[in-house]
Amino acid sequence: MATILVVAEQAGGHLKKASLSALTAAQQLAHKTGGQIAGALIGAGAGQAAQELASYGVPVHVVEDKGYEHALAETHSAAAAELAKKVGASEVVMAATAYGKDVAPRIAAKLGAGLASDVLGIVSGNQFRRAMWAGNALATVEVTTPVKVITVRATEFAAAQKAQAAGAVTPQQIPAPQPKTKFLEFNEVKSARPELTEARVVVSGGRGTKGDFKPIEQLADALHAAVGASRAVVDAGWQPNDLQVGQTGKVVAPQLYIAAGISGAIQHLAGMKGSKTIVAINKDAEAPIFQVADYGLVADLFKALPEMTDAVKKLG
Amino acid sequence: MKLLVTMKRVEDYESKIKVKPDNSWIVTDGVNYRANPFDEIAVEEALRLRDANMPSEVVVVSIGPAAAAAEIRSGLAMGADRGILVKHDAFVDSDGVARLLKAIVDQEKPDLVLMGKQAVDVDDNVAGQLLAEYLGWGQATFASKKESLESPEEKAKKPGVRIAPDKKSAQVAREVDGGLEVLEVQLPAIITVDLRLNVPRYASLPNIMKAKKKPIAEMTPAQLRVDVAPKVKVVKVEPPPQRAAGVKVPDVQTLVQKLHSEAKVI
Repeated sequence: MATILVVAEQAGGHLKKASLSALTAAQQLAHKTGGQIAGALIGAGAGQAAQELASYGVPVHVVEDKGYEHALAETHSAAAAELAKKVGASEVVMAATAYGKDVAPRIAAKLGAGLASDVLGIVSGNQFRRAMWAGNALATVEVTTPVKVITVRATEFAAAQKAQAAGAVTPQQIPAPQPKTKFLEFNEVKSARPELTEARVVVSGGRGTKGDFKPIEQLADALHAAVGASRAVVDAGWQPNDLQVGQTGKVVAPQLYIAAGISGAIQHLAGMKGSKTIVAINKDAEAPIFQVADYGLVADLFKALPEMTDAVKKLG
Repeated sequence: MKLLVTMKRVEDYESKIKVKPDNSWIVTDGVNYRANPFDEIAVEEALRLRDANMPSEVVVVSIGPAAAAAEIRSGLAMGADRGILVKHDAFVDSDGVARLLKAIVDQEKPDLVLMGKQAVDVDDNVAGQLLAEYLGWGQATFASKKESLESPEEKAKKPGVRIAPDKKSAQVAREVDGGLEVLEVQLPAIITVDLRLNVPRYASLPNIMKAKKKPIAEMTPAQLRVDVAPKVKVVKVEPPPQRAAGVKVPDVQTLVQKLHSEAKVI
């Protein structure tokens, strides 16, 4: 029987939540193809994360040799492609995170596979839905090769459910190739707030903040929300890169998205249009953001946000 | 050093994108075209690297219809030295793009290939990584830098990519989930660039005039012996679902009350 290989992602032994969305996508694909699912985890800490992935009812292959310590595309794609051959994978699925985007194309090239990227929906065993032109069009693409690789947008697939019986975890010995890249350092952007792409509520600020994010942060903390930013804010150096919501930044789909002082350029809308409820607060009543907002408030954010923070706190 | 940079002709992101009634593609009549903004950042970086590592040459390559010569010219007007146009009218998937670029790399033998991380038409973010694998080269995707775009380093037009003095490797800061990762990649290599690497320059009028005299070589996929039949076909294009029009609320109290009892999200 054909196998769908989910190449999952972990850091320091912890499975990334996006991988559970990739697993859900694989399950949907399995419904169309009749295939069975296997998982793969590569790198330092993979063994520990594999136990967690296995608890979702899939057998997991682990490649943990020293040569795979850092998540380099060259080495990790080599291990994933070898595993795909070993288990006879007809499909390889990854989440379209920075890791998935970096690694998946090299897996596809090694397997002679076509790659459907940043997939929003599984149409059939070989057809997938994805956004093009910054989400201004939805395309159905068909992968024509016998082996297929897909990366999926994690916000479009709910996390998989735990299974009653865990799958087996199997260590695999695959010699690491000598890479032409070397890991030097990682500069983590630390935050006490939830991860932007995983938060239930996101409060984002735009040019209207003039760089003062205090009202945004205070409302975010009252709502246990993540903080986001428009491209203008990040380009100006007011907020770090990884807070940018948009086509060229993070794509988010929280239950509640509050856009304050954001005009609503197409690039920004492409990154948050999938949110369940959208609130826009802007001084300019003509701002395009109001066209996608469920609730619009024409107001100065420096007055409205502190007032909203107080009102939210009163709700408890 | 020789630096090869890609420059794709794409629909202007300020243009209104409409889907054709037969769902085969988008309406292209009346749409403005421009260079892919990520590729402009790649050209800018190549020019900064050239000026910091003289003597060097910057070659701009585009795959597309004859009209894509305009986007190559815009790269030449920014300061690149010469262009290559691979003429092909139909859709080429990222795999086809990567195999065409491999053929160009085999001819040109650059020390470094700089590409936008994605083209803003198909938004694929795949071709650079495929090219790296087909060449057996190292890659540094989503190149960025620690300094902000308002920093003195940016104002001084310093390259964000650091080429080693022996020109055998480059250090690249990459935008990944949760922070910036720094890699050292042996040359030749592929670097795909993200938004915050630099602010591309505008072409000056004298440079636009000069660019008209710079050479653009033309070739076809057939001449490069590359079969561009897609591995990934676009079978249907549809408009995205529209969000229902929302309501304006008069004040913060009403907003909070509606979010609490109507939308039930707080």
